[in-house]
Amino acid sequence: MPTYSLNTPLTDADIEKLRAGDMVLLNGIIYSGRDAAHKKLSDLLDQGKPLPFDLKGASIYYVGPSPAPPGRPIGSAGPTTSYRMDAYAPRLYSLGLKASIGKGKRADAVKQAMRDFKGVYFGATGGAGALLSKCITASKVIAFDELGPEAVREMTVKDFPLLVINDAFGGELYAKPNLEE
Amino acid sequence: MKEIKAADISAAVARMCMSANTKLPDDVRRKFEEGYKNETSEAGREIFRQLLENADLAFETKLPLCQDCGLAVFYVEMGEDVVVPGGINKAITEGMVTGYKDGFLRKSSCDPLTRKNTGDNTPAIIHIDLVPGDRLKISYMAKGGGSENMSRVTMLAPSQGWEGIKKFVVTRVAEAGPNPCPPIILGIGIGGTFEYAPKIAKKALLRKLDDVHPDPQIAAMEAELLAEVNKLGIGPMGLGGSYTCLAVKIAIAPCHIASLPLAVNVQCHSARHEEVEF
Repeated sequence: MPTYSLNTPLTDADIEKLRAGDMVLLNGIIYSGRDAAHKKLSDLLDQGKPLPFDLKGASIYYVGPSPAPPGRPIGSAGPTTSYRMDAYAPRLYSLGLKASIGKGKRADAVKQAMRDFKGVYFGATGGAGALLSKCITASKVIAFDELGPEAVREMTVKDFPLLVINDAFGGELYAKPNLEE
Repeated sequence: MKEIKAADISAAVARMCMSANTKLPDDVRRKFEEGYKNETSEAGREIFRQLLENADLAFETKLPLCQDCGLAVFYVEMGEDVVVPGGINKAITEGMVTGYKDGFLRKSSCDPLTRKNTGDNTPAIIHIDLVPGDRLKISYMAKGGGSENMSRVTMLAPSQGWEGIKKFVVTRVAEAGPNPCPPIILGIGIGGTFEYAPKIAKKALLRKLDDVHPDPQIAAMEAELLAEVNKLGIGPMGLGGSYTCLAVKIAIAPCHIASLPLAVNVQCHSARHEEVEF
């Protein structure tokens, strides 16, 4: 399995070399955002207002971390299920988002947006939030503090372990269930 | 009558919330070790390796096993001869709030429409059964949203029977695919009424993964469903493999002559629950 070490912000060239099943160690700044934050980002776009971070080359991590205990930058921080952000994701990819990070299946419209705008969808291991938090070296809330666990955070990651679930060429890693019909 | 102090209940509940979210139950851990050894897919074995490492790290650091510390669900068996001055609901709720605060656990409860977080993980979801005697047993479950979202209740026709039940469960797991964090555990409620089937389905998730149902017929049904679900090949985190489901736990209750209620409560691999008795 090819393994790539990539730095954010991601470029079209980074995305073009990735195929479903590849492993990626991600480094740099990523942004947390899940259900309520996506609604707010969408509202800002509707109103023509600037977003709290630059979408160009950005990676959004679908995560709502547990509170940081004293002496740690963050609490447990594994991925949440991604399909709930499907309603918002195509628009974000069209505006420069390069990667979303979560777990679980994506809608066809999201996969199409990744093909159209050169994006990828990474999977992180669900239910390994303590382990994944070791790769997050810094975290600060940059928007929507009132959302608590759902606030948008700027996170610095080091060798954050990800699998390419959907690539920019229509490839998908998830196994199709063996259903007898 | 036996009097149990509310403060003692609150303290025990707070301890349970913190402990259950940081210490993987031994029976779940044994299943992970078995999966790490026997899973047919390399990607699946790697997931089990990560989950074991995650469990060790959570225990050492007291970081939650999963950032989704769940809604706090309690199944209470309360003796009719037990008195809790101040009230059992209040005692449990206060303990839960303390546990989630002091344990740095995530508060995941919000208004369903405004989506505003309640801030302290309230309300606790409390199911109380009155039982004869003077004992009090409180079981706590941290129920995450990802797996809960993949759960379903349906009202089958009696003619659909066991075959219809199997088909619904297997199809549900197939449709859920990687979403609920497989390998999953299934709590299946068969019978009762529209609200009773999911109540017993969830309670069945409190059983040990390696126990065997005392009724041999139900034990055989659990084994059959487990085998059927694992034929799907979804595997750990949906990456393919033989471990899609770790255990199936079935609860049965009589139902209306017109009905066959069925509830499928999906539990993620991070099956966090503990109990305390007074």
